[in-house]
Amino acid sequence: MAVKVRIPTPLLSLTGGKKEVEAEGATLKELIEDLERRYPGLKERLCDEEGNLRRFINFFVNDEDIRFLQGEETPLKDGDVVSIVPAIAGG
Amino acid sequence: MFVKGLKCRECGRGYPKEPIFVCEWCFGPLEVEYDYEAIKRVLTRKEIEKRQPNIWRYRELLPIDGEPICGLNTGFTPLFEARNLAEALGIKKCYVKDDSVNHPTLSFKDRVVAVALSKAREFEFKTVACASTGNLANAVASHSRASGFDCYVFVPYDLETSKILSSLIYGVNLVAVEGNYDEVNRLCAEIAMTFRWAFVNVNLRPYYAEGSKTYGFEVAEQLGFRAPQNIVIPAASGSLVTKIYKGLQEFYALGLIPEFKTRFYVAQAEGCSPIVNAFKEGSNIIKPVKPKTIAKSIAIGNPADGVYALDIVRKTGGYAEAVSDEEVIEGIKLLAETEGVFTETAGGVTVAVTKKLIERRIIPRDEEVVICITGNGLKTQEAVINHLKPVIRIKPNLEDFKNHIKGGE
Repeated sequence: MAVKVRIPTPLLSLTGGKKEVEAEGATLKELIEDLERRYPGLKERLCDEEGNLRRFINFFVNDEDIRFLQGEETPLKDGDVVSIVPAIAGG
Repeated sequence: MFVKGLKCRECGRGYPKEPIFVCEWCFGPLEVEYDYEAIKRVLTRKEIEKRQPNIWRYRELLPIDGEPICGLNTGFTPLFEARNLAEALGIKKCYVKDDSVNHPTLSFKDRVVAVALSKAREFEFKTVACASTGNLANAVASHSRASGFDCYVFVPYDLETSKILSSLIYGVNLVAVEGNYDEVNRLCAEIAMTFRWAFVNVNLRPYYAEGSKTYGFEVAEQLGFRAPQNIVIPAASGSLVTKIYKGLQEFYALGLIPEFKTRFYVAQAEGCSPIVNAFKEGSNIIKPVKPKTIAKSIAIGNPADGVYALDIVRKTGGYAEAVSDEEVIEGIKLLAETEGVFTETAGGVTVAVTKKLIERRIIPRDEEVVICITGNGLKTQEAVINHLKPVIRIKPNLEDFKNHIKGGE
């Protein structure tokens, strides 16, 4: 069960420069754990000290903001695309 | 000249002056850091007053190192005492800061774009771009021609005709995205990672946003170098709120104004009020919304600076309020009929929210209020076209005229 994950520029150093990687997980939360196994150091960049998703990162599952879905419990399935996008833009 | 570098607003990590906008560690927004000690030595009231009436009279507090390349007539728009409006609102004193006549594209966005494009030239970009609800696209399009950049502007496909036309006239590339502003914004963030373009409100955002401080500087200077008691500001991303606050704070720190006790009020439309919702729920988290309002210029459902705007409202003892689309139209008409100023829908939001806050005595009636008008009504005519008096159409003779005019003689 593979999900495609789009990596933003600031995290490319952790994925060896790969802008798109694959990972697995039934939910976004599990996906982040799997990303951490594959690319150590990624989790602390995505989550704060308490383990919550950082407030200036937006996560999208198939182009929908996860805050309109089920947050980090949003279910994932084979072929889904997860985008990690810095929140600070626009306006 | 006076810029030390960039600093993350969340974790405090420092960065050099580059076209970057997020902290590589925590994704927090980067903020321009100045050498205020050095600025204090050169920037006095007298010095400012000697300079040309445009945004660059505050250039030590703007993040460019060389000479500005555009916006030489931008800013220093009227701040006038609105006596008729004050009477209609039932408040002691009311001022309107009127960026509906900003040069050259009739909105406050000329300020931020002048700064961003000057910075884009320093960074040696050839192409400038933006994600916009209209006004910003107009400003980027216009200034890009004046300063010789290639230009791409990205907007939601369903904007007002005049906002589309007011970009296209400059011969730039306008991309209408089949989605709302937040989707345009997200797309632009991804394009900015792929193309080496200066997206003014993405990779140049730390510099760009500083331009909004000039709105606050001017309010203070035009009041005779003092901060107002109350100020009502429309909020989309929340950036203008945070930068007016920063501007007044800098003036205070530099000794240019004697005190800074202004209460900040945020105005949004009910169909897109994520900051107001968080304020009223007592929450520190801004929950995004899907916008549905005629106030398209401020229809940002996922406001980048929402948490900071919210914080300013709370710590200054202000308030955040929203109004319906009907109230927005009434707000536009009220400003037009009392002060002869035709503002766009965002201005209608600000006037209507001010009215509501005064009626509820949240803004005290025995104080003064500054209303921030940020855009021009000619760009959003669709919003009011069905809400105006009918045209008096007559035959070209006196008799027919008399038939139509009651009590004229």
